[in-house]
Amino acid sequence: MIKDLEKNTARRKRRDALFAVIGLLATFVGMITLGALLLDLAMDGAGRLSYNFFTSYPSRFAGQAGILSAWVGTTAVMVVTAATAVPMGVAAGVYLEEYAPKNWITAIIEINIANLAGVPSIIYGLMALGLFVYLFNLGQSILTAGLTLALLILPIVIVATRESIRAVPNSIREAAYALGATKWRTIRDHVLPYSTGGILTGVIIALSRAIGETAPLITIGALTFIAFLPDPPITSEFPFISFQWLMSPFTVMPIQMFNWVSRPQQEFHLNAAATGLVLMFMTLCMNAIAIYFRYRFRKRIKW
Amino acid sequence: MANIPAKTETSFPSVRELSTQSKFGGLSLQRIRERIIEFFLFLAALSSIVITVGIVGVLLYESEQFFAHVSIVEFLTDTQWTVLFTNPRYGILPLVTGTLVTSMIALIVALPLGTIIAIYLSEYASHRVREILKPILELLSAVPTVVFGYFALLFLTPILQKLLPGLPGFNMLSAGMIIGVMIIPYISSLSEDAIKAVPVTIREGSYAMGATRLQTALRVLVPSAFSGIASAYVLGFSRAVGETMIVAVAAGTQPNLTLNPMEGAATITAYIVQVSLGDLPHGSIAYQSIFAAGLMLMLMTLVFNIGGHFLRKKFREIYE
Repeated sequence: MIKDLEKNTARRKRRDALFAVIGLLATFVGMITLGALLLDLAMDGAGRLSYNFFTSYPSRFAGQAGILSAWVGTTAVMVVTAATAVPMGVAAGVYLEEYAPKNWITAIIEINIANLAGVPSIIYGLMALGLFVYLFNLGQSILTAGLTLALLILPIVIVATRESIRAVPNSIREAAYALGATKWRTIRDHVLPYSTGGILTGVIIALSRAIGETAPLITIGALTFIAFLPDPPITSEFPFISFQWLMSPFTVMPIQMFNWVSRPQQEFHLNAAATGLVLMFMTLCMNAIAIYFRYRFRKRIKW
Repeated sequence: MANIPAKTETSFPSVRELSTQSKFGGLSLQRIRERIIEFFLFLAALSSIVITVGIVGVLLYESEQFFAHVSIVEFLTDTQWTVLFTNPRYGILPLVTGTLVTSMIALIVALPLGTIIAIYLSEYASHRVREILKPILELLSAVPTVVFGYFALLFLTPILQKLLPGLPGFNMLSAGMIIGVMIIPYISSLSEDAIKAVPVTIREGSYAMGATRLQTALRVLVPSAFSGIASAYVLGFSRAVGETMIVAVAAGTQPNLTLNPMEGAATITAYIVQVSLGDLPHGSIAYQSIFAAGLMLMLMTLVFNIGGHFLRKKFREIYE
């Protein structure tokens, strides 16, 4: 009787220990994939990474092709995306957390943001194609691309803003009110500065998502072969700043990579790998910065 | 000395005086400013609704144009999707099966792994191990999908071809498997949150009965947290269905009515990409067809989300 019980206990403990190993192995599946991915890209693409690769336009000859127009395009699109999504997302987050009354409009907005986060990215591309490209006549431009990606990452920015604003204790707000500050002054001078860390983390994560997005930009008709750069934003004539570049056709790094990986020739695959390596380096850096921010702000601020 | 209080009273206006200063139509300037700021913040929050209206409006408008030429019955029952041919046929079924097969493979990979990882991270891993593993795992969802596509086509497919001779270069198997790896973090982190949210008293009750961590996890925590875990599964499925670049690169762009994962087949998303890469005139039927395909994609995710909603309701456990 007791023997049976002991045997049973031992068996259950064995299974328990076995699962600890299985669990660790399961997490390793993900990590091994990530490692293999990086290694594969590095082995194929590292040889193509040179100064010329970053300063050349795409070409019919794989050995001379580069990603100049692609990285300039990615940078320009990201500028538009950040300039649109950050103010809009933070403002929406502030409203929902600090102002919104509990009524049906607020409820609809909240449900809607949760649903938007689940909409496939290519659907945003279709919307942008119908609205921005044809209805608003913005064309297949950097502006259209930036706005599309901004709408795509808006839910991430809003959620991050709300979470970090919620973490600011009410005593801070009450202290500001007690000194006669208005609601907006309280938010501007106290709530927002204290939640900057969290908002920044969310914005960086959102931008790292946007930088790798390919499908919506292909849908709006981004070209795959661009052998020129957009107009420079600074001109030699008055007023020295030009926004012509916003309307320029463009390509971005993930599209350039897609174009090269879709070709049958092996040499272009090497270019694709090199582009992928650059993309991965950028996303990993952005995520590392975000993790560092999260860690640092969580440690430093103790209410 | 006695007149000092009186002096301060005259030199500093009282709160009442302040609020009556600079009256403007019954409101102080400051209040008007506050109202204007609040209004603009409200507009920003409202933008999310505008986006949704834009998405639904565009899809419905262009699809309506499409269905003026193609009957809905043909769209749903024809077995050929050859919009770009001279003799076009408009049956969405091949694209739907392509989408479902790749998503199913992804779920077969991601559901067990994601759930096991969630249990491991919440019940077994020490705080330190979790702090290291979680961020690395979440990087998986940050990898640009076109990079995953490259990996599926040029790394995984050659390996699979050695194991399964006769596997074509474009196949749904390797694309689906990589999508599965991509959605692991979505499933594991949401499931972990759900398991963590089970009250500690329930966990302790199970331990007090002599259950091991594994028994507690499988028989108490997972059933208790199942509504949250189901949400994680539904989100994972939505991601898999909407995934574009992995399938466009690794599964091919040939519509193919098959349930065999060893073949290549276009998904709905891959079709949209293929058409967008070409230079189609605005307003042509091929142009409208990508919106009809997009609408189909939205409807599929919607159906699964509604299904998930009922699943959640059925298994919801409410704690004090």
